[in-house]
Amino acid sequence: MAETRYTKDHEWVRLEDDGTLTIGITDHAQEALGDIVFIELPAVDRDVVEGETVATVESTKAASDVFAPLGGRIAEINENIVDDPGLINRDPTGEGWFWRMEPNDDDIFETLLDEEAYEAFLETL
Amino acid sequence: MVAFAGWSLPVQFPAGTLAEHRQARKAAALFDVSHMAQLSLHGHTAPADLERLVPGDIKNLPQGRQRYTAFLNEAGGIIDDLMVAHHPGRLVLVVNAARAADDIAHLRTNGFAPEYHEDRALLALQGPAAAAIMGRLAPEATRLPFLGVTICAVAGIADCWISRSGYTGEDGFEISVPAADAESLAGKILAEPEAAPAGLAARDTLRLEAGLCLYGQDIDMLTSPVEAGLGWTIPLRRREALDFPGAAVIHDHLTHGPTRLRIGLRPEGRTLARAGTDIAGPDDTLAGTITSGTFSPSLGAPIAMGYVRRDLAAEGTPLSLLVRGQRLAAHQTKLPFVPHRFAAK
Repeated sequence: MAETRYTKDHEWVRLEDDGTLTIGITDHAQEALGDIVFIELPAVDRDVVEGETVATVESTKAASDVFAPLGGRIAEINENIVDDPGLINRDPTGEGWFWRMEPNDDDIFETLLDEEAYEAFLETL
Repeated sequence: MVAFAGWSLPVQFPAGTLAEHRQARKAAALFDVSHMAQLSLHGHTAPADLERLVPGDIKNLPQGRQRYTAFLNEAGGIIDDLMVAHHPGRLVLVVNAARAADDIAHLRTNGFAPEYHEDRALLALQGPAAAAIMGRLAPEATRLPFLGVTICAVAGIADCWISRSGYTGEDGFEISVPAADAESLAGKILAEPEAAPAGLAARDTLRLEAGLCLYGQDIDMLTSPVEAGLGWTIPLRRREALDFPGAAVIHDHLTHGPTRLRIGLRPEGRTLARAGTDIAGPDDTLAGTITSGTFSPSLGAPIAMGYVRRDLAAEGTPLSLLVRGQRLAAHQTKLPFVPHRFAAK
């Protein structure tokens, strides 16, 4: 079972078998955003640094930025959510993934929040 | 829930904005709009007197009818937009929550003694099934024409002030009810099979599809009704008499045209253009600004309203929008984006 970590920006980061990371927004995030109607994804092969805005999500309420949880190269993007942004609401941690990336540094993943720490963080909000 | 002008308002219910929006377009949605202030101006001279503050035809507003108008300042800017209903012996004004305190002060300064009905709630039932629901709860109300008003019981709750109006482009009713009975009335309406609750976010997407202005965004103190495309609210008698605040500016705008006009825009693609987005003209110079922009659930595409220089405000003139550093093409379209389906007049 692939391991999943989280950020305080409500993103999930899943470590795949090949060492790449799949990134999306959490169920908490999609619920807070409401109905998502537009998504802008980064270009494949773009190099991003930690904290950089790489995607924009628009819901019926507002526009929100989605940040790179760590530095690396964008390897693949999920075009399905561009055509059907509602996928993010319906299946945020599955079919509603945003992008895959190759991290610059394999060790950074371990520094992200584990599920227990993220759940504890949600309790503080 | 969100804080607004001292009120706590529901942005959306569990169904979500898109579902609530479709509910209003396909069946009936119930909105709690109690934050809107309800004011009475008593006395038989109130209609003629109110014309000192607004450019609309209020003097000839028949009893049992309602009309849309605006308080204007001396520069012809809009202090607030409002609905005025003529009930026996008085006018009932419904004004924006965020403007209510200023409106009341404005009325008092001008010699009126408005009664603020803080003890009344306001519910809006909107959608093609609204009349069928009211047919069961208040049959008398279904005989109202568009913008008709009456006072009757709804679902056994007495003293409801009903108007056939709304802010969605659909047929519907706005029901002023004693606050103590509001929850009971909402429950009775929501018990009807066609009805479901809807929040502020759906109210915003519905009114924008209907091409209706939101005070503070699309119109404000610096906007004249002519610029806003609301010249239709100023009848010939008032245009000739020029006996309202800002009449000189309004006359100039009506005669020579204002420098800018409100337009409807359909951005290409799916990117949303929110309020504040710059609009560029064909020569790439700044042409204006978006004042409201959203995703239209009915059209499945972004829509926006904004102001552009008058010479560019014509269907077919190519405009572009500057969103996050990117230039998006946009088409000017007639308002409303989605046809109105009001009751017959």
